[in-house]
Amino acid sequence: MASFKPVKVQTIPKLGERVTEDTLYWKNYKAPVQIKEFAAVTKIEFSPLPPHNYVVTASTRIQVYGPHSLEPVRTFTRFHDAAYGGSFRGDGKLLVAGSEEGLIRLFDTGGRVALRQFTGHSKAVHVTSFLSDGYRVLSGSDDLSSRVWDVASGTELNSYTEHTDYIRAAAASKLNPDLYVTGSYDHTVKLFDVRVGGSVMTMQHGHPVESVLLYPSEALLVSTGGRYVKVWDLLKGGQQLVSLKNHHKTVTCACLSTTDNKLLTGSLDRHVKVYNSSYKVVHNFDYATSILSLAVAPDDKVIAVGMTNGVLSVRHRKHTEEKQEVLGKRRRNPAYRVFIKGKNYVPKQDDFLVSKTVKQHLQKHDRQLKCFQVSKALDTALEIWRRFHKPEVTVAVMTELNRRGTLKNALAGRDEQSLTTLLNFLIKYVLTLLNVALMIRLGDSPVIERLLQRLMELLGREAELQQELLQVLGILDTLFASLTPRKEVTGPAVPPIMQGSQLQAA
Amino acid sequence: MVEESGIRVVRCGGNKISFRAPIISKDSRFLLCASGDLVKVFSTSTEECVHVLEGHTGQVTGVILNPTNHLQVYSCSADGTIRLWDFIDGILIKIFVCGWPIFSIYVSEKHVGIAFITIHMESKKHGENFQLVALHLPKVPEQEVEAREMSAVLCNISSNPGSTAMGRGGEYVASVMGRQLTVYFFKKLKTYRFSLKATDKKGAKNAFTCVACHPKDDCIATGHEDGKIRLWRNFNQKKEYTYSTQHWHHDAVGTLCFTTEGMHLLSGGVESVLVQWHCEEVNKKDFLPRLGGAISHICVSPDGQMYSTSHLDNKINIIHCSLKLSAVIQGLVKGNIWTDLMIDPRTRALVMNGRPGHLQFYSLQQDKQLYSLDIVQQEYINQEGLDQFEVMRAAFSVGGTWLATVEERGRCTSDLESSLKLWVYNEKAQSFELNTTITAAHQDRIMHMCFSPSTETTMLVTTAWDNQFKVWLLGLDSDTQKEHASWSCDYVGSYHGLQPTNCCFSSDGSLLAVSFKEVVTIWSSDTWELLTTLCQPPGPIRELCFGRLSCSKYLLGTTAKNLFCWNLLTCSLEWSTPMDVCLLRSDPLSENVVAFSLHSGNTDLFVFRPSEPRPLFTQKAVCGGKVQRCVFSPREEPLDSCDERFQWLNRSRLYFLTELMELLTFSTKAEDERILNSRKQLLVDDSVAVTPFYLLLGKHRQQQEEKQNSGVSQAADRVQPPQASVAIKELLHTPAHVLPAASFLCSMFVNSLLISNTGSREGKEPAEQVEESEKEEDDSEEEMETHDYEQEVRTQGSVEEAPPLLSKAEEKELRRVRKTDFSWVTNLASS
Repeated sequence: MASFKPVKVQTIPKLGERVTEDTLYWKNYKAPVQIKEFAAVTKIEFSPLPPHNYVVTASTRIQVYGPHSLEPVRTFTRFHDAAYGGSFRGDGKLLVAGSEEGLIRLFDTGGRVALRQFTGHSKAVHVTSFLSDGYRVLSGSDDLSSRVWDVASGTELNSYTEHTDYIRAAAASKLNPDLYVTGSYDHTVKLFDVRVGGSVMTMQHGHPVESVLLYPSEALLVSTGGRYVKVWDLLKGGQQLVSLKNHHKTVTCACLSTTDNKLLTGSLDRHVKVYNSSYKVVHNFDYATSILSLAVAPDDKVIAVGMTNGVLSVRHRKHTEEKQEVLGKRRRNPAYRVFIKGKNYVPKQDDFLVSKTVKQHLQKHDRQLKCFQVSKALDTALEIWRRFHKPEVTVAVMTELNRRGTLKNALAGRDEQSLTTLLNFLIKYVLTLLNVALMIRLGDSPVIERLLQRLMELLGREAELQQELLQVLGILDTLFASLTPRKEVTGPAVPPIMQGSQLQAA
Repeated sequence: MVEESGIRVVRCGGNKISFRAPIISKDSRFLLCASGDLVKVFSTSTEECVHVLEGHTGQVTGVILNPTNHLQVYSCSADGTIRLWDFIDGILIKIFVCGWPIFSIYVSEKHVGIAFITIHMESKKHGENFQLVALHLPKVPEQEVEAREMSAVLCNISSNPGSTAMGRGGEYVASVMGRQLTVYFFKKLKTYRFSLKATDKKGAKNAFTCVACHPKDDCIATGHEDGKIRLWRNFNQKKEYTYSTQHWHHDAVGTLCFTTEGMHLLSGGVESVLVQWHCEEVNKKDFLPRLGGAISHICVSPDGQMYSTSHLDNKINIIHCSLKLSAVIQGLVKGNIWTDLMIDPRTRALVMNGRPGHLQFYSLQQDKQLYSLDIVQQEYINQEGLDQFEVMRAAFSVGGTWLATVEERGRCTSDLESSLKLWVYNEKAQSFELNTTITAAHQDRIMHMCFSPSTETTMLVTTAWDNQFKVWLLGLDSDTQKEHASWSCDYVGSYHGLQPTNCCFSSDGSLLAVSFKEVVTIWSSDTWELLTTLCQPPGPIRELCFGRLSCSKYLLGTTAKNLFCWNLLTCSLEWSTPMDVCLLRSDPLSENVVAFSLHSGNTDLFVFRPSEPRPLFTQKAVCGGKVQRCVFSPREEPLDSCDERFQWLNRSRLYFLTELMELLTFSTKAEDERILNSRKQLLVDDSVAVTPFYLLLGKHRQQQEEKQNSGVSQAADRVQPPQASVAIKELLHTPAHVLPAASFLCSMFVNSLLISNTGSREGKEPAEQVEESEKEEDDSEEEMETHDYEQEVRTQGSVEEAPPLLSKAEEKELRRVRKTDFSWVTNLASS
């Protein structure tokens, strides 16, 4: 005696993004906190030391925020014109920033007044950074020169004017105090060595370079500009490793996450994209406006994004403890040994074994179908909870009834209310789930008639859509055929043609 | 169909075992059923076939227990004989020759020496009318007896054995035909006829379908076409008879049966539900649902412990009287076959459509269904005229790892539902598991599909009526990071909007041939480039097949009129012959190709190599009608036939299915002899169910018995029964108070159990031992009796390890190892 086979519920595979480890990791952030600045946020940088304050450069102000505060911890307002490129020293005690007027100012994070002021640039200084020894500051300016300054004396040590356009990006090496990288609007990225007294390597990015970034190992260099993100291998003499074109507007900023060194890029197209180690996009953050600056806290706890409308958006990572609390609150089930009680008893030789038949557990609609109670099974399938949460079950039961040839019996003698439910269900899901020809004979009632009208309209529209799709398909086919006559052509996925549900209204 | 040439067509694979009602022996240990021209005896506990009663030359139409001796059974056949068998030993006792084809047989205890049989009315054959006659079985000592003395009992009855029944120990006989019930009383010699009206009030169909008589009471149960069961009483009067009606079945009642004591009435029909009606409480009934196909027969064992139901899908269920299924005897299901015949490369089982929505795996060697794979996985509704999913196509990949199936529904109506399923073999579960389901893989019916034989890629090609062929590829999706691979469409091909019919891969998998009506297109399976087209009008291509091994450059195609062979190196026609080939298959293990051709109502067979236009073997009129399907099955061990004409049968066997759904194969003379020999060996003691353990143990015991009976001359060499048994006997038969202390006896007792290697034979010469051991080599079957020698031989072997003797010593050592585990078995058996 074969056991009853329950109705097979056909689940449609979900399209779209698939859940991976990376998406889970990057989704585990709280909703962003918005902080309104005065103007576009051009630069954000985290302090390398805990408590990982971050410096935000916007308009004429440079503000330092604590990781959890919405109010700035400290504000530097000594600039007459727009400030640029606020950057921490390696110990987080000093802060350097350039400005529109060409001055570079050095601040103590504890104080308010500028400690040093480096003058020499004739045009706006957009990037400043400490070299890794902490005694020197590098700057890149619109006057085509990049200079190195001595902090102690406040004098200019070196000046290089190798670029032929504005310098808008720079990064100092953390391993060698004499190396730094600059990126310029002349489409090049240059690696300077102070000891040599000039550039030692030049890489052609192909677009105005908006930002450069060195990997912690300093073997890889990332440059962004135009729609492209390019990764260069410095150890191979500046060979291009990969060129990424995932944004559809200029990529303005890039940074690295601490765990696994995942690359994050922000763009004017309002997206932040996260790449894995093989440079495939694994996650995507959407923002309201174009992104100018981006920074990730050293322990990935905070992602700060600055935008053109002056909004600073800060995302905090969800605490793992919160989850554990939820787990702890869950009711404890009986212990494992309760379930296996008596089941691990090994029968002795003389024992008479009485085998207990395992009862097959069936869903309610299956039980009713087993007893050929078709009308009841349809009722069960149309119960509110099932209808809304598991519409595929409802559809499966309907299909099964149709297969058994008893759909007419199941629909016979229904009142207006149940028919309304059924028709509403059909209207809702006829395009997405249902592909079965249903023959329905109904009594007349104005409500039912109106619903049927809607259903007819819906089906008519769908039929038109299908026809259009087929036309598009034909166009595509000819295009493919003409483009690649003798090559591998993967056939375009044919949309399942819905077998137009036939309806008969009495 | 025996030819002088030593090759013959033999029927193989399961006859119908549910053709007639089976019977269960009085002790409920055996079940006997008619199967073709054989009577098979099955064990009810192990489901194994214990005996085959061979002898009838026509279809066996009835089996019934001898009422005077419950160890004997009568069987009647369409060849006009009744045979009496001893089914325990499988011995034919008597043959009664009647002369007319017999359609059913009934006996009763009251009529000793008389069998009631159903034969044609009058002497002319092929008539529509049948009569029940009482045949006197003469008591004469000869084995073959003419039994001509018969007297008519009832005329105009149905030939169906279920429509006639003996009542209450043989006092009357009841028979139904159309809408009339006829009861004949033997004592009064009176016939009563009861008719029902043509139509009842609700338009119900009143025709009788079956009848059963209560064994203890005057009560007749009849089943009707509308599913009603009527219980008739007082039928010994013309007018005052009564009947009560029960209704549960929604379709015609297939069969009825009372239990031995008459407590219950069992009924079954198309619904495949065994219904147990309680005779005392009318409204109480028990059900046993979902038994298989439609129930055609129910029978009850004489002790009432077992029921059995026979089903139309060639299955017998043995059911305990508490309505618990205890055993299933399943034969080869021969319903509608839509799939090709296939051989599962793993089990070498024949695979084809089985139960509805299933594929059956049938072992041809054991003539037994291995298992049935549920493809559709939906509840089958036993209702006539319902359009349900059926498996239409199936294909195995080369190693048997993948199975592709196509199921369809709505063939008659316009809206076709179909799905392509891909199954992977799970080593752990030892069965196929569903991997991918593709609903509506094509927009129309899938006509043909095949796997690529190349080992690097797993690839499937399907052709369908929607003028496309699709290539499906197993791929690990790197993005999804799923653990298991799934199938997806790789390429969609078409050719001028023509309908593709067949597809076939070359033996290395590099080329794919797809036939579109009259054109054969050759595609490269790497780039999916159309390489060339071959066209040989007129007529659409029917079959397509590549040559194998050395002939892999040839492509064979058939049309309604011609057989073509193209050479793919030159892309030209190599040869063609005018021939109506209906089926073309290539042997996977050799270059041979077999073609069946329909010629004036008979099918001819041609075996040829594509490289040689002259056929290797031809046989005219292999069978009547068209051959439906055929398949080559690799042999377990190749045959060494010296005759050149039959060498094509050496590596593999050819099985084919005829129009009448008979599975046939070719058998050579050498094979026949081998089977005959093996059958002689397999004669076993019938009191024990045949199990592998029994075969192991029983064989040796038998040999031992034979030896004991034969040859006193060997007695000197023969081993004496182990002394252990004597000692134990002595120990056990001596009164306890005379015995010495147990501690004293213990060592003696243990010693007696040990096999002594320094026993009575110690004084013999070593030379003699060698001689004897050499004798052993000759007759290896005596190995059991000579285990004492081997012990000595072993000691000897270990002592003298001279280089020339080493190989011999090793041999002996090996043989000893092989024999040791049998020796204790013999010990056990003899003690």
